[in-house]
Order: sequence, then C-alpha cells, then structure tokens
Amino acid sequence: MKRTFLGEFEEIVLLVVAGCTGEAYGVTIWERVQEYTGRSVSLSAVHATLYRLEEKGFLTSEMGGATAERGGRRKRFFSMTNYGNRALQEINEIRQQLWQAIPAEKLQPKLSFS
Amino acid sequence: MEKAPQHNRPPRWVDRLLTIIIAPHFLEDILGDLHEVYALHARQGNARTARLRYLLTSARYVRPYFMKRKPRTYSPTYIFSPAMIKNYLKISLRTLGKNKAYSFINITGLAMGMAVAILIGLWIYDELSFDRYFENHDRIAQVWQHQTFNGQIGTQTSLPFPIGDEIRRNYGADFKYVIMASWNSWHILANGEKKFNKSGSYIEPEAPEMFSLRMLRGTRSGLKDPYSIMLSESVAKAFFGDADPIDKTIKIDNNLNVKVTGVYEDFPHNTTFREMSFMMPWQLMIVANPWLKTMEDPWRPNAYQTFVQLIDKADIDQASARIKDIKKRNINKEQLKYKPDVFLNPMSDWHLYSEFKEGRRVGGRIEFVWLFGTIGVFVLLLACINFMNLSTARSEKRAKEVGIRKAVGSVRKQLITQFFTESFLVSGFAFSLSIALVVLCLPLFNEVADKKIAMPWARPEFWLAGIGFSIVTAIIAGSYPALYLSSFQPVKVLKGTFRAGRFAAVPRKVLVVVQFTVSIILIIGTAVVFRQIQFAKNRPVGYSRDGLISIFTSTGDIHKHFEAVRHDLKSSGAIVEMAESGSPTTETWSSTSGFEWKGKDPEQSVDFSFDEISYDYGKTVGWQFVQGRDFSREFATDSVALVVNETAVKFMGMKNPVDQPMTWFKKPYKIVGVIKDIVVNSPYAPSRPQFFCLSSGQGNVINIRLNPAVGSSASLEKIKTVFEKHDPGSPFEYQFVDDVYARKFFDEIRIGKLTTFFSILAVLISCLGLFGVASFIAEQRTKEIGVRKVLGATVLSVWGLLSRDFVMLVCIAFLIATPGAYYFLNGWLQKYDYHTSISWWIFALTGLGTLLITLLTVSFQAIRAATMNPIRSLRSE
Repeated sequence: MKRTFLGEFEEIVLLVVAGCTGEAYGVTIWERVQEYTGRSVSLSAVHATLYRLEEKGFLTSEMGGATAERGGRRKRFFSMTNYGNRALQEINEIRQQLWQAIPAEKLQPKLSFS
Repeated sequence: MEKAPQHNRPPRWVDRLLTIIIAPHFLEDILGDLHEVYALHARQGNARTARLRYLLTSARYVRPYFMKRKPRTYSPTYIFSPAMIKNYLKISLRTLGKNKAYSFINITGLAMGMAVAILIGLWIYDELSFDRYFENHDRIAQVWQHQTFNGQIGTQTSLPFPIGDEIRRNYGADFKYVIMASWNSWHILANGEKKFNKSGSYIEPEAPEMFSLRMLRGTRSGLKDPYSIMLSESVAKAFFGDADPIDKTIKIDNNLNVKVTGVYEDFPHNTTFREMSFMMPWQLMIVANPWLKTMEDPWRPNAYQTFVQLIDKADIDQASARIKDIKKRNINKEQLKYKPDVFLNPMSDWHLYSEFKEGRRVGGRIEFVWLFGTIGVFVLLLACINFMNLSTARSEKRAKEVGIRKAVGSVRKQLITQFFTESFLVSGFAFSLSIALVVLCLPLFNEVADKKIAMPWARPEFWLAGIGFSIVTAIIAGSYPALYLSSFQPVKVLKGTFRAGRFAAVPRKVLVVVQFTVSIILIIGTAVVFRQIQFAKNRPVGYSRDGLISIFTSTGDIHKHFEAVRHDLKSSGAIVEMAESGSPTTETWSSTSGFEWKGKDPEQSVDFSFDEISYDYGKTVGWQFVQGRDFSREFATDSVALVVNETAVKFMGMKNPVDQPMTWFKKPYKIVGVIKDIVVNSPYAPSRPQFFCLSSGQGNVINIRLNPAVGSSASLEKIKTVFEKHDPGSPFEYQFVDDVYARKFFDEIRIGKLTTFFSILAVLISCLGLFGVASFIAEQRTKEIGVRKVLGATVLSVWGLLSRDFVMLVCIAFLIATPGAYYFLNGWLQKYDYHTSISWWIFALTGLGTLLITLLTVSFQAIRAATMNPIRSLRSE
C-alpha cells in the first residue's frame, strides 16, 4: 500500500490540528505546537507546514472570524480531512506494530549499580 | 470586540513590504496571524520588543514558498507577445491606409511643424555657439569704450593706437595677451600673375596663439617677422593650389613683398573673424605707415581694435574696472569732455548681447533667438494641436470599433496599446519626413538666414531631442483615444445610445482658437515687418543711386593719374562724372569733434560725420542743394569751404548758414552750401550732422556715375580698360551703390523672409487641421444633413450650418490675437527711430484674409456634404 510520507514536524502539526476541539488557525496551532513539544517554533514554519498539508490534502481550510486585533483580517480555520484522518491512523497502526515487535525485556530499563 | 489602540500597531512599513513579498492568496491570514501575535507580545512585554519580534518573525516569511504566486485559473491575455505586436502594427497600418486623407493631413502637418522646429533649433544652436570655435573663448574679451557725444553716450570698439602698449605696461597683470588689430580691410594680394582682392588685418604676433589657430602649415609664431603673412586655407588654395605655400612671396597692394609663414584653417562662418582671410604683422603696418610713430596726439584718433585674453584666475569685471579710466589718464584735457570709459566686452557676449544704449547693455541679437525660439515652439504646438484634434474628431467614429473589439474579447490594455501604436507610427513617419524636409530646405534656409549650418547627423543630442520629442508628441496625441475611447462600455456603444458629451468638442474648439490666434499674430507680424522695410526704403536718400558705382582703391596709381583717367572716360562717353571720396556714399567712416562755430557752448562735446572729397563729388552722386552751391574749381578759397547737410544746420541753430565762418581744429572754414540729408549707415536711424570738405589727397573710394545713354556693361568694359592701363597691379572690382544700399536692409529682409516662411507654414498647418476636423464633422452630421435636405433645406443653409461654427472660432481667435500682436509689434517698432505706424487696416485685412481662408477650407467639405444626395446618406444603416 502506497502511503504518503509525513515528516516529523508535519505529523506533529497534523496531530495538533486533529486534537483541537475548537477552531484551529495559525496562532492557536503555533501555540499548541510549542506547548506540546516544548520547542521554540517560528510562526512561518507552522504556516508553511499547514499550507503544505493542505496542498497534500490532509487538511482543508476556510476563512472567517476577523477581529480588530488582526486589523480586520480573517483567520484561516483548518480542519482535518478524511484522508488526513486515515493517514494518521495508518501511521499509528504502523507504530503500534513496531512497538509490539519490541521484546518485552528490552523495554525494561536496565538497572545498573556500578 | 476590543479595538486595538492606534499607537499599538506593528510597524506599517513592514506590512507594506510583506504585502509586496507574500503571494496574495496567503497574505490575509498570515498578516492577520502576525498582527495577533504582535498584540499578544505587546500585552506581555513592552512595545519595543514586540516590534522587534514582529520584525524578526516577518523576516522569516521571505522565502520562495510564500513568495510564489498562485497560477491563474484562466489563460493569460497577451499584451506584448510577438504575435500581438505584429497585429498592432498591421492594424495600425491598415487604419492609416484606409483613411488616406486623414493620414496625409496628420503626417504632413506634423512633419512640417517638426521640420520648422528642427530648423529653428539648428539656427538657435548655431547662434548660441557663435565664437565657440576659439579654445579660449571664455577668457577672450575685446576692449570697448563709451563716449559722450552730442549729449548721448555712444559705444564703440575703435580705440587709439597706443592703448595696447599702455595696457601691457600698466595693467598687464590681468592679461595673458593684449593684441592690437587693424580693422579688417580689403587688400590686393599678388603672387606672380595671380591677383586677388581679399580682406584681412594687421594684427600683433600673439594673435594666432590667442585665437588658437588650427595650423595646416607653419607654426603659430608666423607673424614675428614684420615681412610675413599668414594665409587662411582658402586664400592659400586660391594662390598655390595644393603646392606648399610656405616661404613663397606675396606682394601686398602692389607695394610690399612679404613671405608666407603659415596657413591656418579658415575661421568657421559662425565666428566674429570669419572675414579675416589673412593676417599681416602689426609691425608691417607701422613700417608701411611711418607717420603712426610720429603722430602729434596719438591718443586722439580712435581707429584700432584691441583684444585681450585674461589670465586664468583674473576676474573680468575687476579687470574691466581697472582699465576703466585708462584713456582719461592719457588724453588731452580738451578730450576729457567725451568722458571715455573703457571696458572689456567678453567674447561670449560679442555676438548676442552687444547692443548698448546710453552706456548700458540692452541686449542684441539674443532678441531674435527668443523671437524665433518662440515662433518655433508655436509652430510645433500648432502641428501637435492638429494631431490631437484629428485624433479626437475621429475618435467618435472609432467608438464602434472599440465596442466590437471589446465584445469579441479585447481587454482594455490591448486597445490602449493599439491606439498608442497608431499615434507612435504617425509621429515616427512624421519625424522621418521632417528630417527629409529639413535636408531639402537647409540650403535655402542657410541662404536666407546667412548661415552655414550642416545637418548634425553624428550628434547624439540631435537624435535624442528629435526622437524624444516624437515620443512625447505621440503620447500626448495618442492619450485621448487610448485612455478615453478604450473605457467605453461595449453595450452602450453598440446599442447606439452612446453619445460623446456636449462638451466633448470644447477642448477641440479651444485648440482651433489657439491655432488661429498664433497664425493671425504671425501674419500681422509679417505684414508689419514688410511695412517697416518698405517705409525705410521709401525714405529719401538725398542722392541718386542709379548707375552709380564705387571702386575701392588700395594703391595710389589711379589717384596719380586721376585727371587723365577722368578725361579718358568722359571723352569716351562711358561716364558722366567721377570723383574721389574718403567713405563710400552709403556710409560714413570718419567723424570729428574739432568743429567750432559762433554761438557754440564751449563745454558741448560734438561728433560730426565728415568726409574728404574731390571736386565734382556732388555732381557725381547727385547732391540736392537746399541753399548755396557745390565746391567749384573756380573759387580758390574752396580749399577751406564746407558743404553741410540740413541736420547740421539745424543742430548748430544757424539762420543763414551760407557764408557762415567756422573753425576746424582752430583753422578757419566757411560754409558754401547746404544739401538735403543723405542716408548713411542705418536707414532707420535719424540723420546726423554731416560735413564735406575738399581734399587733394587719395580717397579710399572712386565714385563713378555711368552714362545712362550707354549700356552699363559697355561702360564698365571701357572703365575696366582704362583702369587696368593706369593701375595694372589691381584687379578691377566695383560695386553698384544700389546693391550696397540694398544691403542695409538685409537684416530686416531676412527677418521678414523668415517670418513669412513661418507664417505661411503656420497658416498651412492650421488650415490642414481645420480641413481635417471639418471633414469629420461633416461626416458625423451626414444623417442630419440628409434629414434636413429631405425637409427642404437648401445647399446654402446647410453650408452655413457647417461653416458657422468655424467662423465663430476664427473670430474669437482674431479678437485674442489683435491686442497681443499690437503690443509686440509696437514694442519692436519702437526700437527703430525711423519707423512706420501700425494702421488699423493691417488688422482688418488680416482678419478678412483669415476668414476667407477658413471659409475656403471649410466650404470644400461643407459643400460636398450639402450637395450629397440625401437618399444615399439616409439609406445606410
């Protein structure tokens, strides 16, 4: 089965969008990505990734919700497509399989008292 | 919603940059997010760090991903693809070809205007570059002087003989060169059998260096030896052809042998020294005229010219101020009443700014530069107006074309380009045609304007100006159809509800009025110039010019045998009389201040023209006596007799002038006759007091009255034989006084001819334009005329209908032009002391003439429209 590869950052962004309960747009997604990963991420990186994901069909967007703070500009609300959903699940399945393949003792942290 | 405070906004310039950089489809939300983040930061920290962070964040958007524009959904319209360019050109050429009359009027009109502008431009350039040939033109100056005579300050270039040495000795620090020169005069140069009468000067040896002569042979130090001569290229060619002239011997005036030491390139036509075809050393003049060294009062006569070159750091005004009193320090007390103020006139002002009135510079030829410059601009303006007028008049017809083009999918930019291509094409053709016209007209123009202008083919400025102008014209003329027509809504145009507004024709009418105003001013100007010339020509000259010739003598041979020559010629019947004089009849070369008479204020400084003549001079030229008699051999006392003119009598305030005693430099004289004023020098200037006395010395001029009973060519042949017998060393050259007199009017006639030329062109261009506009209007109203005719209008009423508008416009133009023309021309005439007045009938005649031309032009179209069969005009649709 042919899958679309998702980069690590793309996957995180996609997961963040998927995890948003309310409306997800550039700034909220950017804040959450930083929150979850604990990394400092530039807004432009988040934007670029969002647009790329949309181009690939994992996300779709619509405009709306202008505020004065934004100078009357609308937000772009992103939501996940079915295709995005399936891609995440596939990734998850593969990960699960891989996890299960790991022998149990390897997962135990070795104690050493040297 | 909370409104963001005004001051708490991210820097606007960053936003502006982002708007340019980021692709439009990303822009809105990215910018919005950025602002939101900024607001967040601003709330958390201070505004400064927020701004900085905003800037840094924004900078990260400068990357190809955000900059790349989204491809359009529709295929693009091509405006400048090769295929479209070809199409524009093809359609433009077809449009031009389809409306042949329109294209012809447009292109020729514009080409004529451009040609006039180019000619005038070349002329102005030539005038402004006068004397620029000399490398040191910005450092060279001529010494002039103001003197007070007869209560008026006169300004002249003639200076006393010792002034050069005086400047060198006492004021030399300012000057690199100080050069004395004689007036340019005619001399006979002979080498073997070849003899030529050429004009040249005696000049000091540094002159070649100062005038940066371009030496073809020899060096610039060729005048060091007193017995040398430097020839211009043309004179050297005339004598020696291609052979080397250096060290060849030339005999001057049958008297002095000198050696050729150099050949220089001829001075160009637009230099002050263009007549100086050879140079002889100053020293040679002193050798030939030893009395120069033993003059009683060398500072009294003013007869020489002085040129100087300033040293590089000298200031001309200061140097001029330093030499101001040079004459006053040296002349006799007696002469101080003339108040001679010496000053330097820089070379850059010689040609254009050397007219002085009452000791002040009042301009000069620069006025003509302005005059013709203005005319050039106006004629060009007329041509451009035509171009624009025709485009706008035609535009209403083309509205339908615009509609169709738009309906089948043309975008506005393509229409704009189409219209601009047409106007560029027309102005391009016009420019090429104008160049051809200029090349054709240049020889004639040079002759009329007394210039030697060549086409500046190789000068980039010329092409830049010409092409630049064509582009500007094309843009201005093409902008109306291009920008206005292309904005029409196709639905309205095609449905036929489109009508150009009531005021669409107003600018066109204004332009027609401007055109005719300029034309009328030019016509009136031409008429007045010619009236003034005619007025001066009709002035009584005081003698008879018919069959009067003058011969300039350089050698003394004829003088020695004067009586024999006179007897020979009179007995052969070739002449009626002949006599010698110091100046030609048409001029006066000498003036004197030495006359005293009873009742003269001793403090009064006078300057009277005088001339020394031989017996029979009065009979030869045909003096008209008012009182008294001519000089006569029968009275021995006539050696101290004077003949004066009427103005002199009036000036001296004598009741009975005949037999009145006078003194001339203390010597007693007596007036024997009073003659009518003779026109000497300028025919526009009032007469000056003039005195004649007898002299047995050699005159400069021999005046001969031909026998009217014998043909002049036969007489001249006889005179030639006799002259050559007695004076074999001189070529026989003569001038008819008539021709010489006519030359006094050359300047005015030149202006007259040029203004005629320009006014004819202006009228022609205006009429061409009118013709074009009238034809379009007639075409537009075809249907109206058809309906009118069906309802019973006559040809006459239709003609009146079409002509009325134009006649109105010309009347308005006439009303505007008249006061303007009167103002300018009156100012021009005031410059002449002897001038005509501007009569009302010139205006009336011009007005009528213009009206007539207008009617003729318009009628052609009007009658054609009026006589058309209404069935044909109404059937179409």
